[in-house]
Amino acid sequence: MDIIRNFPCISIMLCLFAGIVSSGLRDKAAMWVNTLLLTVNIALSICTLLYMLLIGEPFVYVMGKFPAPWGNEIRAGILEALLALFFCVIMLLSLFGGRHKLLEEVEEGKTYLYYVLSDLLLSSLLALIYTNDMFTAYVFVEINTISACGLIMIRQNGRTIEAAVRYMIMSLLGSGLLLLGLCMLYDLTGHLLMSNMKESVALLAASGNYGIPLVVSIVMMSVGLCIKSALFPFHAWLPDAYGYSTVSSAAILSALVSKGYIFLLIKIIYRVIGFNIYHDTRIIDILFVFGLMGMIFGSLSAIRENDVRRMVAFSSVAQIGYIYMGFGMGTQEGMTASIFHILSHAATKSLLFIAAIGLTDVSGGSRKFIELTGSGYRNKWAGIAFTVGSLSMVGVPLFSGFISKLLFSQAAVLNHTKMLPALIVLGISTILNAIYFMKTVIRIYTPLNHCAYTSVTFKDISAYAMVLVAFIVLNVILGISSQPVVDMIRQGLATFA
Amino acid sequence: MSRLKPREEYEKTYAFRFFRWLSGSKDPYVGEVEMQAQQETALPEETLITRMREAEMIRDKVYDKELNKAARIFHKVYIAMAILFCFALVGVLLFTVSYLPPNGDAGNPVNNVVSERYIEQGLQETGALNIVSGMILTYRAFDTFGETNVLFIATCCVMIMLMADDAILRKQAVRNDRRFEPKNDAILQGTAFILCPIIFIFGIYIILNGHLSPGGGFSGGAIMGAGLILYVSAFGFKKTQRFFNEHIYKIAKITALCMYGLIGTYFYMTGANGIENHIPLGIPGHILSSGIILPINVCVGLEVACTMYAFYALFRRGGL
Repeated sequence: MDIIRNFPCISIMLCLFAGIVSSGLRDKAAMWVNTLLLTVNIALSICTLLYMLLIGEPFVYVMGKFPAPWGNEIRAGILEALLALFFCVIMLLSLFGGRHKLLEEVEEGKTYLYYVLSDLLLSSLLALIYTNDMFTAYVFVEINTISACGLIMIRQNGRTIEAAVRYMIMSLLGSGLLLLGLCMLYDLTGHLLMSNMKESVALLAASGNYGIPLVVSIVMMSVGLCIKSALFPFHAWLPDAYGYSTVSSAAILSALVSKGYIFLLIKIIYRVIGFNIYHDTRIIDILFVFGLMGMIFGSLSAIRENDVRRMVAFSSVAQIGYIYMGFGMGTQEGMTASIFHILSHAATKSLLFIAAIGLTDVSGGSRKFIELTGSGYRNKWAGIAFTVGSLSMVGVPLFSGFISKLLFSQAAVLNHTKMLPALIVLGISTILNAIYFMKTVIRIYTPLNHCAYTSVTFKDISAYAMVLVAFIVLNVILGISSQPVVDMIRQGLATFA
Repeated sequence: MSRLKPREEYEKTYAFRFFRWLSGSKDPYVGEVEMQAQQETALPEETLITRMREAEMIRDKVYDKELNKAARIFHKVYIAMAILFCFALVGVLLFTVSYLPPNGDAGNPVNNVVSERYIEQGLQETGALNIVSGMILTYRAFDTFGETNVLFIATCCVMIMLMADDAILRKQAVRNDRRFEPKNDAILQGTAFILCPIIFIFGIYIILNGHLSPGGGFSGGAIMGAGLILYVSAFGFKKTQRFFNEHIYKIAKITALCMYGLIGTYFYMTGANGIENHIPLGIPGHILSSGIILPINVCVGLEVACTMYAFYALFRRGGL
């Protein structure tokens, strides 16, 4: 039974090995290695999750002969195992769904590099989820940043390269701030291991020594991670990066990469600084305000957009705003809602990106709204999937978006000071979401008058359609039987600190 | 129960008026309105293109700093704000640094049990005279594996950007060699002839003595990479490819990283599960000692040398 304790380490190392070996393989072989890796990782994560639910409390795993403050260490709990499983599933589906576009858009003979990058990206995501050491986290943040840049620019046209450069500059700024904050915190605490840091920070906060550097380092780490996860005023890199890269990259970036950084911030809040100290620094209020602004301004930009991929990308800004609003509540309920929204947004946004590509494909490759008219009839699978994704984003019952909105409003009602702004902005943002998503749904189901359309058959796009069905099922599962997932998140958060 | 009213009588009721108003066929001000489905406005092709062109020209003019005064002012304000923001950030950081613990003080929080054990027991536990090597390759071997993978993934990204097909390379090779490099330069070739072997041997020495003296895989690998770059710039790619082409590069890189990964995995798994690991520490000071550090140093050195050379070759001509 205890052999399962090795699984987190094995899954990280397997990803790294797969990436290294794939760099010497041909395109097809690299693809199969990647698929095999993701399948194995899903199996390992399921085992870990079941084991965690069985024993109920987290365990630490020493990476090597030497115990924690000296050597490296990883830590697994219910929350970590749940997120790891979820990330692997989303990544597998996103890669399958965008495979035909990948072959079209990427130069032949370079596709294997895409799989190398995605293997290493997965390793860095898993390491960010499982790590218990701030420096390990920083190393894997680097891998994450570089591979994300590669994923954007592998489709070589002018706009993606511009987008990749912009992403790289913003992302490196974020990494730099994170590193500076980390160095300062190390100077104050003398540790890099999360649990030891937390003890030292608690002592510092109680004694009042080094108050200013402590606050500055917390601010720098938070701002760095906010830039990397595209919170509202720092979202300038996002629409181009998501809008023009190949579709699997867009789905992976929006669903997983930004979420990895958000989860690292959650780790910093709970396991490095301590929830109460973080709450007392009032940074949480700033996150709350920017979250609220992101919810409105992201949606407004999405409404103005005339390009369906960029519209979906701007919608991400609004959804990241929701997550930070949940942080900003400063309560356990808000945090639970945020983590559920991480899952629900990951499932929905990747669905939307992949469905949108099906719609644009049958509209002559154009992403303009006027060209999309009636595309829901031409590709029925993509039309249905886009509708489901839109309904979920708007927050219609039966789909996952409804549950996260419900959790957010429950958290808001329980918080006396922030209830009113949170509820009002939630309402406004829901209406704005409905405006632009329903506009698109109506557009794709408006029949063209003159010409008869030909719809693609299931045979042509069987793999793609299966992926869409899987995504829809995932969404509906999250929407209907949300209680077990929410319970797992609550249980995980309780044992997280 | 309900009863159907005759048509005329029904038209006088409020319900009828309300539903007529609701369906839009009667407007309170205009009177009777005939309902029609909304039509798509269809413009002829030429006007569409001219209108698009005009719209683009107007947009260009709006964003042109020469013509638009507001844009010019915005640009200036933007630059001023950026500079101000940078200075503010510098100020905040300097202010913070003045509150940090003084440098080199014995009572600093950094001087705690962690560094104490590294310094005092590092030699017994890792068998390495060079404490830094012992620390990064034994105590924190996982971080260093991540760091080596950063190099690997950086080469992958550069390959995506710059790798060109063989046919294109051959076409451009002659012209580029003329343009960028002094071909068959006697002084350069003579120097390289003497220096390259020395540089390679020095690099190998630093890698192999990484656990005994300052140095290790990263620095030794960088030196070897520099030697390769000197060789290739003196003698050209054709001669280099006789012993270091893309095939050998791939084999070296994959072998090095896989070896590191395997050694690392063995070390993590045995350590975590409390199994005795069979890598002997040896006698400190000997060349064959200090457990996993020596093989890992060799692997890291190979990977770093490959990366350095690959960067140069890719930027220079888009292929290895």
